[in-house]
Parts: sequence; structure tokens; C-alpha cells
Amino acid sequence: MNGIGIEFKEVEKGFVRDDGSRQVILDQVNFSIPAGKTTVIAGGSGQGKSVTLKLILGLMQADSGKILVGGDDVTGLRGNKLKELRTRFGVLFQGAALFDSMTVFENVALPLRERTKKTEKDIKDQVLASLEQLELFGHENKFPAQLSGGMKKRAGLARALQLKPEIMLFDEPTTGLDPVMTQEIYQLFAQTQKQVGYTSIIVSHDIPKVFNLADQVIVLNDGMMDVFPSPEAIQWSDKSHIRKFVKTTMGEIYQSHLVE
Amino acid sequence: MQQNTIIRLGSVGLSTVTDLGRMGLYLLQMIQGCFRRPFRFSEFMRQLNFIGVGSLVVIFFTAASTGMVLGLQGYYSLHKFGAEGMLGSAVSLTLIMELGPVLTALMVAGRAGSAMCAELGIMRISEQVDALDCMAIDPFRYFISPKLLAALISVPLLTALFDVVGIAGGYVAGVHLMGVNPGSYFDGMQSSVTNHDIILGTVKSFVFAVLIVWICTGRGFFVHQIRGAGFGARSVSKVTTQAVVLSSISVLIFDYLLTAILI
Repeated sequence: MNGIGIEFKEVEKGFVRDDGSRQVILDQVNFSIPAGKTTVIAGGSGQGKSVTLKLILGLMQADSGKILVGGDDVTGLRGNKLKELRTRFGVLFQGAALFDSMTVFENVALPLRERTKKTEKDIKDQVLASLEQLELFGHENKFPAQLSGGMKKRAGLARALQLKPEIMLFDEPTTGLDPVMTQEIYQLFAQTQKQVGYTSIIVSHDIPKVFNLADQVIVLNDGMMDVFPSPEAIQWSDKSHIRKFVKTTMGEIYQSHLVE
Repeated sequence: MQQNTIIRLGSVGLSTVTDLGRMGLYLLQMIQGCFRRPFRFSEFMRQLNFIGVGSLVVIFFTAASTGMVLGLQGYYSLHKFGAEGMLGSAVSLTLIMELGPVLTALMVAGRAGSAMCAELGIMRISEQVDALDCMAIDPFRYFISPKLLAALISVPLLTALFDVVGIAGGYVAGVHLMGVNPGSYFDGMQSSVTNHDIILGTVKSFVFAVLIVWICTGRGFFVHQIRGAGFGARSVSKVTTQAVVLSSISVLIFDYLLTAILI
């Protein structure tokens, strides 16, 4: 297994609003993400899902608390150490974040060209092989603007997987995709995780479908985090905000059959 | 009410200081990025072409019209004192020390600076900058510092071109249209322009190049963190306008400061 685990210890993160007041996004949260498994982070808009991802990646710094990646404290890392940390991650951004002035091939080849000493021939072979695997063969000379939403996500996934990451982060991976494409993308996630063995963290509001992938579910709500060992466990929670979350995202679980 | 005003004032003050600090560090990283390896020669050449070659036409026409206006205006003023012979030195000194560097910088800021700001802003809001960060690729080395190096070479060369074309424009207006003696036009120039004047103009053009790239790319790079800029496409357009205005004003302020210090 390739993946490594992540631990949040009493992490706090807030922002200062324009009027000077402070909005707490994560309030002393504690949780751990097991290695090699898939954790789904769910929650409404503005509840701190993307902030959590950015904290893990070091794109944002926590106000207090510790974040451990593979047992190493990564809070406050800067410069080369932060760079080293990031080489362990692969990220699929919400909009795929492909470089729009580069072709699909150049996008996927970029991490190999910049981060490895591979020859141009080896890079070409590897990139074309992964494009074929992700059903993008024949589209390598297209620009991102010429691709459909699903193809962009697949190209983004291909780019993120080039350096064999230990942790893959997916930020709203199925936003803007139709149900068939969504299903395909999820299958791809499962397949690639099996091959590479990475730890997978999926931030999504595609509930309950995304739960098919989840080994663990974290629900974010008003700065608090609730961790559930399986998607099923959410349904048995007696906390009122979780019951409300389940009701609005998955519908009523029990329906009383009124006898008239 | 009063308390709210104080809080808001403090918040504005804090965000301004934060912004200045951020931009200061950005300048430092941009300079450091020039020395990081591997150097991206292809990106450097692309920027050289965009900032330098792409600005040739606009610089040529601005310089020609400025030089011709200077020739006419200079003749009109000098004629009153019977000093038409000084036209060459008046036109050349004005162009070399002031108008050449300043107008070149303003043209480059308007043409290339706005484009650089919009490019970085769009890359930021579509998470392309974050994607580079996540791949542990230094965005400064990768595509910001090559812009600085390209501007440091292009802007002084464009300034030199501006000076030459402007002086030729002054010659056309002064000598051919107003009948100033061609010999005295060039003689006046030769006797009054010193190396020091040329160095002053060149130093200015280097400083202006740094100012333009720093402010324009920096505003685009931090589009998501600028107070009151808003979000999405609107924030990019707002910040691009802001970048051009800020860099143009800075060019004018630094023009005065450099003149005061170096003259």
C-alpha cells in the first residue's frame, strides 16, 4: 500500500470579515484519515470543506492546532519542506485547473517534465499510456477549452496521478457532470486507487452517491466535525444537526405508514 | 456606531498593511525566481516577444508624435527668444531624461501590464496557480520571473527606440516644417546631452520595468485576497484596471523621485 494517513489535532481556522468581525470555519476539530482508505468530507456550502483541503495542502495555514501527515507535523511548513510535502499529494481541483494555454498532453506531462529527470521519450510513453487508460487517447493535442466537463476531470486526474501520489485530494469532483459521467468518474477513482493504493479524500456534496466510495465519512457543520466509520453510521446518529443533514441530503430513512 | 467606524478603520488599516507586506514579499520572491534553476528559456523568449516586439508599433507612433509635437512647441517657444538653434538640445534632453522613459513605461503598462495582470488573475481564480503550487512547481520561476527579466531587457530597449524616433520626429517638425538649420539641431544636441543624462534615462527605464511587472503581476496573483475586489471575472477586471492605474501613478511618482535624486 502506497497511502499515508492524516491527523487533525485541535485545528482552528477563521477569517476576518470585511466589517472586522471574525468567522470561525473550523473550531478545534480533531479527526484522522486512515491510510489507503477513502474518506468523504461532506457538508453544506461555506462549511469549510475546501478550507480543510487547503489546510492539508499547506495552501492555507491553521490559526492553531496541529496537522500530521504520515506522522509528521506539517503546520507552519514553508519553502522547500512544504514543496517536499506537496510532492506526496495529487489534487483534482473542482474545475480541473488545467493550464488553459497548454494542450492536454502538455498538461499531463508538466509534473513529469518539471519534477522528474525522465527523458522526453519516457514522458511521452507514460503520458500517452495514462491518457489511454483514462479514455483520452486521441485528445492529447486538444486544449482544455475544447474538452467536455468529464474529459477535463479525466485529464486533471491523469495529471494528478503522474507522480504516483500517496494522498489524492478530490475537490467536488463531480460538480457539473451528468449522472452517467459521475458514475464513470467514481469508477475511475476506485480503479486508480486500487492500482496506486493512495489515501483518498473526497470533498463532495454529491450525497448519497459519493458514499458508495467511502470507507469513512466526515460531516462538517458550523465549525464542528462529526466522524462516522461508515456511510451507514450517519443514519443512526442521534445528533439533531446530523439528522437534519441526513433528512435534507438523503431523504427520510423511515417513513411511517399511516393506516387510515 | 462610533465603535463600528473604529473597527472598520482598523480593519482597513490592517488589510492595507497586510497587502503592502504581501507585495513586498512578492517582489522579493519574483527577484529570487530569476536565479532559480532550471531557467525557462522558452517562456522568457515568449515574454520578450510579447512585451518587447509586441510594443514596437505603439512605441514608434507614440514617439514619432511626441517628438513632432516637441519640435513644434519647442520651436514656438524658442522662436520668441530667437533661440531656435537650441531646439535640438531641448527636444533631445526632454526625450532622453523624461518623456522617453515615462511614456514608454506608460505604454508598456497599458499594453503588456494589463495583459499580465489579467492572465495571472484568471490563472488564480481558475485554480491554475494552486495547481502549480500543489505540483510543487514554483510559480515564480515558472512564469512570473521570466516576465520580469523580459521587461528588464525590453523596456530600456523600447525607451532607446522611443528616444531615437522622438528625436527624428522633432527633426522632421523643426527642420523640415519650421525651417530650423539641420546642423544647429544636431550640434545643439551633441553639446548639451551628456552621458549622465543618458544614464538617468536608462536607470529610470529599469526601475519602471520592475514597477510595471511587480504591480501588474502582483495584483493579478493576489486577486483573491484584495479587499473589495469581489469575486470571479469581475474581480479580475477590477484588479486589472487597478493594476494599470497603480503602475502608471507609481511610474510618475518614481520619475520625480529618481529625477530629484539622480539629477
